[in-house]
Amino acid sequence: MDTFLSETETTALWLTLKVAIWSVIVSILPAIAVALVLARGRFPGKSVLDGIVHLPLVLPPVVVGYLLLVLFSRNGPLGLWLKSHFDISIAFSWQGAALASAVMAFPLMVRAIRLSLEAIDPGLEAAAKTLGAGRLRVLMTITLPLALPGLLAGTILGFARSLGEFGATITFVSNIPGETQTLPLALFSEAQIPGGEAAALRLTLISVVIAFVALGASEFLARRMRARIGLKERGAS
Amino acid sequence: MIEIRIRKALGAFSLDVDLALPSDGITALFGASGAGKSSILNAVAGLLRPDAGRIALGEGVLFDSDARINMPVQKRHLGVVFQDGRLFPHMTVRQNLLYGARSTRTGVPPTLADVVDLLGLSKLLDRRPCDLSGGERQRVAIGRALLMKPDALLMDEPLAALDGARKAEVLPMLSELRALRRIPILYVSHQMDEVVRLADTLVLIDGGRIAAMDSVEALTSRLDLRHLTGRHEAGSVLRATVTGSDTEWGLTELSVGGAKLFVSTLGLERGTPVRLRIRARDVAIALTPPEDASFLNMLPATVAEIAEADGASLDVSLALSDAPNAPRLWARITRRSADRLGLHLGLPVHALIKTVGIDRHTLAGPHK
Repeated sequence: MDTFLSETETTALWLTLKVAIWSVIVSILPAIAVALVLARGRFPGKSVLDGIVHLPLVLPPVVVGYLLLVLFSRNGPLGLWLKSHFDISIAFSWQGAALASAVMAFPLMVRAIRLSLEAIDPGLEAAAKTLGAGRLRVLMTITLPLALPGLLAGTILGFARSLGEFGATITFVSNIPGETQTLPLALFSEAQIPGGEAAALRLTLISVVIAFVALGASEFLARRMRARIGLKERGAS
Repeated sequence: MIEIRIRKALGAFSLDVDLALPSDGITALFGASGAGKSSILNAVAGLLRPDAGRIALGEGVLFDSDARINMPVQKRHLGVVFQDGRLFPHMTVRQNLLYGARSTRTGVPPTLADVVDLLGLSKLLDRRPCDLSGGERQRVAIGRALLMKPDALLMDEPLAALDGARKAEVLPMLSELRALRRIPILYVSHQMDEVVRLADTLVLIDGGRIAAMDSVEALTSRLDLRHLTGRHEAGSVLRATVTGSDTEWGLTELSVGGAKLFVSTLGLERGTPVRLRIRARDVAIALTPPEDASFLNMLPATVAEIAEADGASLDVSLALSDAPNAPRLWARITRRSADRLGLHLGLPVHALIKTVGIDRHTLAGPHK
């Protein structure tokens, strides 16, 4: 790969993967929790929560990025809090890029997980309860295993969304090579400078390859999971 | 004893029942669809919260609105078998069976081996629910409920989703259940044939209320409950004892409250109790015993009750002796014949029985 890609490009590739993986890791548990609350909970203000969760999907990414910047910059309320309690700053760092990606991907993950939770027959959970299982055991042995296809779909969607995240990232953490310059940002930079077409084309190819690998992996895992939870494959595909 | 005293409003429908059920044997809750029988079962299981009332199993209070007790479903230790089985699709049969198995009750039967043996599950253990037939699924569901070693078994139309053949496969196993462990079984059904075959006590439910409760024999012979117990298959359910066998003619002799009945050989020991079902349309009436008819069974009887005519036919209840609790047979005859014979209460007649249905599988009943 070293012969094919320049050092900047290799750095951007690994950075992109790191950012995407971390954004999925930090958001998967909150996404499951929010999906459970939205799928099963009955409380006043549920539609408000639903709206807030879906906000990044409808807001321009630049707006999300700007909000993050206001909140997490050195003088922002959360930025100050992080600095004073943990002595960390995530503005203009790859962690910030991961956060921006996570926020943007969150509604997609919640949606996929929620759909699969809502598809579970509540009678199965009731049956588990009659067999003596408490809420936690029902969640761990019935609900989540049956929602695995949705969890997987949510994870892949979130990962793919993170790979392509641009607007919120560039607004929040800027375009710093080696720190926050992910593939889309690198592609954007190359496209801005004369003679950068060849590099832009290479980055485009990498993006396509990554997307295909992710899709293939998800299809493979989805099949295995469907078999695991006892759903039969239908048709020849 | 199981105490079920509940009120619950469900939209336009309301449930208002007060029941004290025996803590041994199978009690059937019988009624039309929407009569409220499944709601009663769900309230006992904890899946439906009554508006008010009290549910208690022996000493254990499961629900008491006055004392503000509502034990959570998972603490009630009641085995529930649902109409649709509700097997966990992501687990094997073995994992399903053992899901509720309680390690705290190690000395209490049944073991996995007992259940697998009784329900014929040995070849299915490593399969997934999606690879099972409907009957197999219900057998696993029953096994799963038994293995949690419940204090009572609640069955909500466990056979309703099965066709005739599958039903015939599971039904005998149900009547063997109590051989494993003696716990009360509540059995919801809208099929009289299942009830007659399995139940000891029958509770008739109509429009969210209890219409009657008594032994299956007593209720099926009651005329005023005909609209609930069903008309076409109407008949009497009788307890009998094997009293002898006639090898020359291949017959078994039975005694029904002193009266003798012959049926095709059953191959059962003398003294074995069996349950008979004789449909009203299989019984004819004669004033004197006919000498030249093919009826094998002709029993002297007395007209005890004559039903309101329904079209061309009417049902006549025949007492087989003068005792107050004498077994009764129902005969369905035409109005014209009743008039010609001059039937009236107290008239001595002969009951001519065409067919006797025998249920071998109620042999293990608690009245043994």
